[in-house]
Amino acid sequence: MGTQNIQPAIVQFAQLDKLLALGRANSLWPMTFGLACCAIEMMATGASRFDLARFGAEVFRPSPRQCDVMIVAGTISKKMAPAVETLYDQMPEPKWVIAMGNCAISGGPFVFEGQYGIVEGADKLFPVDVFIPGCPPRPEALIEGILELEEKVTGSRRWPRVEVG
Amino acid sequence: MHVDPEILRLVAFLVGVIAFAALNAAYLVWLERKEAAHIQRRIGPKEVGPFGLLQPLVDGIKLMTKQLIVPAGVDPVLFKIAPILVMVPAIMSFVAIPFSDTLVARNLDLGLLVIFAFASVNVLGLLLGAWGSRNKYAVISAARVVSQNVAYEIPMLVTVVTLVMISGTMNLSEIVGLQMGGFWHWNILNLAASPLMPVAFLIFFVCMLAETNRAPFDMAEAESELVAGAFTEYSGMGFGVFFMGEYANIVIGASVATILFLGGWDCPFGLFPGVHWFLIKMYFLIFTVIWIRWTFPRTTFYGLLNLSWKILIPISFVNLILTSAMLKVF
Repeated sequence: MGTQNIQPAIVQFAQLDKLLALGRANSLWPMTFGLACCAIEMMATGASRFDLARFGAEVFRPSPRQCDVMIVAGTISKKMAPAVETLYDQMPEPKWVIAMGNCAISGGPFVFEGQYGIVEGADKLFPVDVFIPGCPPRPEALIEGILELEEKVTGSRRWPRVEVG
Repeated sequence: MHVDPEILRLVAFLVGVIAFAALNAAYLVWLERKEAAHIQRRIGPKEVGPFGLLQPLVDGIKLMTKQLIVPAGVDPVLFKIAPILVMVPAIMSFVAIPFSDTLVARNLDLGLLVIFAFASVNVLGLLLGAWGSRNKYAVISAARVVSQNVAYEIPMLVTVVTLVMISGTMNLSEIVGLQMGGFWHWNILNLAASPLMPVAFLIFFVCMLAETNRAPFDMAEAESELVAGAFTEYSGMGFGVFFMGEYANIVIGASVATILFLGGWDCPFGLFPGVHWFLIKMYFLIFTVIWIRWTFPRTTFYGLLNLSWKILIPISFVNLILTSAMLKVF
């Protein structure tokens, strides 16, 4: 399961692989899928002020068969976990997962002794490629997460990283 | 060595038609995304190539290298043949469309009939794909698509029969030939034949939207109700071919509307007729189709069927009777 375990091809085509990676990185179609309040920020990212469409990633497909990246936006309750896992399994390879927000990273504010209802992090269910911290993260952070995923796919960054002063 | 020019012509038109259909299908997706973005006060794809112009190419690479899932329990033959059944008739319809008086692959005497015969295969492809994928949302979508197409073929064909009565021919080149010489000769303003001609154009355009399953009549792919409708189980290029077939069908619909009502390659002012006027009119109609999609909400299914059976069909029959009476009297 997951993109990490795919065996490399026996015959390597470096330039062609780069082209394929560029194609995949620039057309990351996310799934129309939100679990909690982070999904509201995800919708704001797609709307006019932040415009995810600039990177070709605005095609939110409703069916997991046509998605490339699953943005786990919100708290995964134990009751919801099987559904989330099914959605992940239904996505065709190559597929990526972005864990958005503290709940999807580690359970966030819901982790305490004796809690019984929350899955403590999306990585307990399936491999996660990019973690976006925040509660909830700003839309800029989600865009940065998508750019980070593009960097992971192609190996090079679209723009120089902004230094925090 | 002597090569029959007919064979060269055949090959040239074969390549040209397929390239035209495929390029249109790819770049109409770009147009749709850009137009949607600007209607919603966004910018749209801009980082992939200048103005995002490489976006269709990138999407194509991605879709082609995506895993093709054939889920367990589907009918493998129907599941695989359905996208082809949507795409191939759409490309084949281009054979009969005259882009100008010389630029036509086959000047068929029954060109109009050929196009409508191929256009009706589209719904069969959607039905087979949805039925074959054995998914409850897909089957509901298939039932909707079939009833929608049955309802809208009738006013569309009645309107076309009206036009054939006026023109007296089914040859598309001759239909355009009768409208040459300025916009007051076009069928949309042919008030001498029937005062209802502008209404007939409106009926034809609405039926075209419904036949190609475009919003506000996109019952086939009602995301908020039916996941992705008939395409729910299709991944990778299986979905891509469906998508391209949809856009190719829009191009066909806009071309037929241009030929029947807007005078084909005729210039509105009677100067320099040519293929550019055909393309301008066709792309204006396609622009309008996308414009409607992003500014109108989806109708309910009952509203859709009521519109056809209670409004469009009676009006188109009134137009038919009025036209035949006018032709008989004058």
